[in-house]
Amino acid sequence: MNTKVLVAPSPHIHSGDSIQKNMYGVVFAMLPALLLSFYYFGLGSIIVTLTAVASCYLFEFLIQKYLLHVEPTIKDGSALITGLLLAFNMPANLPIWIIIIGALVAIGIGKMTFGGLGNNVFNPALVGRVFLLISFPVQMTSWPKALGFNTSYLDAEVGATPLAIIKEGLNKGDSLTDLMAQLPSHMDLFLGNMGGSLGEVAGAALVLGLIYMLIKKIITWHIPVSIIGTVVIFSGILNFSNPEAYAGPAFHLLTGGLLLGAIFMATDYVTSPMSNKGMIIYGIGIGILTVVIRVFGAYPEGVSFAILIMNGFVPLINVSIKPKRFGEKRK
Amino acid sequence: MLKTFSIGGIHPEGNKLSAKSAIQELPIPKIATIPIAQHIGAPAKAVVKKGDEVKVGQVIAQSSGFVSANIHSSVSGTVFKVDDVMDATGFRRTSIIIKVEGDEWLENIDRSEDLVTEITHTKEEIIKSIGDAGIVGLGGATFPAHVKLSVPPGKTAEVLIINAVECEPYLTSDHRVMLEKADQIMVGIQILMKALEVNRAIVGIESNKPDAIAHMTQVATKYSGVEVCPLKTQYPQGGEKQLISATLNREVPSGALPIEVGAVVQNVGTAFAVYEAIQKNKPLFERVATVTGKSLKNPSNWKFRVGTPVSDIIEAAGGLPEDTAKIVGGGPMMGKALVSVDVPLTKGSSGLLLLAEEETARKATKACIRCGKCVSVCPMGLEPYLLMVLADKKEYEKLENNAVMDCIECGSCSFTCPATRPLLDYIRLGKGKVGQIMRARK
Repeated sequence: MNTKVLVAPSPHIHSGDSIQKNMYGVVFAMLPALLLSFYYFGLGSIIVTLTAVASCYLFEFLIQKYLLHVEPTIKDGSALITGLLLAFNMPANLPIWIIIIGALVAIGIGKMTFGGLGNNVFNPALVGRVFLLISFPVQMTSWPKALGFNTSYLDAEVGATPLAIIKEGLNKGDSLTDLMAQLPSHMDLFLGNMGGSLGEVAGAALVLGLIYMLIKKIITWHIPVSIIGTVVIFSGILNFSNPEAYAGPAFHLLTGGLLLGAIFMATDYVTSPMSNKGMIIYGIGIGILTVVIRVFGAYPEGVSFAILIMNGFVPLINVSIKPKRFGEKRK
Repeated sequence: MLKTFSIGGIHPEGNKLSAKSAIQELPIPKIATIPIAQHIGAPAKAVVKKGDEVKVGQVIAQSSGFVSANIHSSVSGTVFKVDDVMDATGFRRTSIIIKVEGDEWLENIDRSEDLVTEITHTKEEIIKSIGDAGIVGLGGATFPAHVKLSVPPGKTAEVLIINAVECEPYLTSDHRVMLEKADQIMVGIQILMKALEVNRAIVGIESNKPDAIAHMTQVATKYSGVEVCPLKTQYPQGGEKQLISATLNREVPSGALPIEVGAVVQNVGTAFAVYEAIQKNKPLFERVATVTGKSLKNPSNWKFRVGTPVSDIIEAAGGLPEDTAKIVGGGPMMGKALVSVDVPLTKGSSGLLLLAEEETARKATKACIRCGKCVSVCPMGLEPYLLMVLADKKEYEKLENNAVMDCIECGSCSFTCPATRPLLDYIRLGKGKVGQIMRARK
């Protein structure tokens, strides 16, 4: 017989799940939205995506190899996700040099400063996005129109996002009904027929991705459902109290990257809570902050800030919100 | 909707390769090595010495306390020596080594196959006889059965739960016993019910054994108070607290025993052993084990005599496959890796699993990505990722506060972890240390 046998404590088998499987599962779930963005924004969206992904890979590799002196972990797929999410958050006419700066901030400051995958507090792609939004507000808020098979890039025809149109109009004193009349229908919004960033316009495709991730058990329902539910209820109450001043739940749901954030950004493993109860609290927090920022804040768009703020609360949530223990003695 | 337990759980591949293989009898070994510690609690005290003649069923080591169990000879022959030899745990333990001559049983053992349904023993006689027969929990934990049947004063048993879940992948011994010995099991259950003074028993069987559910349900109609409860297939449903949660929807409080919620749990194989002990006067010296593995020629179920070397059962199933990398005593989730095939099979041997390298070799530990999957699968509602960190940092007080002692070591966390972190290894270390600290405090 083979004289050497392995001796180790149980369990002796493993599910076969791995970090790669989960990461590439998320990437697969992003494909419908990615393809739709290629369709709507054409050449520009391809350039933005490729630049963001390539520079995220490059910066992760360079930082790990030459600054941290560790074995690069670029194969685990997390840099690919950061790159794709970063691209999803950008307009399709963004100059390449800005994209590269965004990737550097996302990977360098958002991820590697904290010690790499598993240790970062804030969603790296959002760190990059918000940095760019503050540094390059003009470029980051000029949104190309979704025209279909577009071959223009920096010279794309631009327009405001639905959220910006509403915000600006309400500030000028226009009535909501008049403003809504200028906007695409809810069905068009759901199918992505509006101005916006690469990933935010494709509501239907994002939902497809969510369904895939739920079936594959990559994520659970807790975060997306609690965010979406909170936004619907909160904006519904506002809308009910004064329909002329506040837009309705369907509008909030379909615009401004809410679905993108709830499905792909807030569900990032590393920067979201560990327990189901914690996830729901985190989701409710994001939902409330999103509506508050959109309706009462200076920015028309609130999802990114809401997620980043709640990312900061995650360690506190993990420490204070414990899962329900089996047979726990009740006080 | 089939019932199952309240929190967590995983769905490992069943791999019940030997489910269709009827129980066969393993040849009696030439030499039987019978350890005096085959149960949880104090080791028994050897009462035979070198040169003594023994018969099958004779007591060769006496129970040495309340939580202890008699050991009986499984063979007839001459005691060759009483010495420390390596047992399945890899430690050297006292064993009685018997050179086998013939197969001569004690005369008071009823060796006929006739079913005896009438129970003549009183409650006290049943508990005493079960203790005398050296019966321990045959699910693998080997806790002496008479201890569980002795309900502490002030507590009342309401219901007997029979654990026929066999949630470990690969193992099929309980499954086969149910298909082949259902009537004997039912009588065993009646005996246990009498000992506990309960009139209700629930047999929990997972849905991956539809033939056993159908057969047991049909046979149960002949006996009063026995219900068969089909359960959703989910690991670790065979855990005592999980099974009570699944069948009764009651949660045993942290740190308490099942009797706290009026339940007593016994394994289905134990019920069969109780039948043999009480109705046939046959102590526990043989049982059924599964020998299995994907590369094994003939995954099968065998009735073996305690003390038979592991190598015999492997030979009977077609010999050790070339690619064997790990030999596991028990199932893949909670079994113990053996260091050699020369160690003996004991009362607790429910199976023997031969795993190839690609199925069992551990992958490199990666950084925790905080996915929370270990938290969602933990059947005790613990936070394995946190317990691992705390054990690593020797934060024993925090470990205790985070209920590390509630861990049932089912391994669902390590099984699930996408970063292949050895969560349970660290949690075990932490449990050991916290246990020491808690005992010192008393």
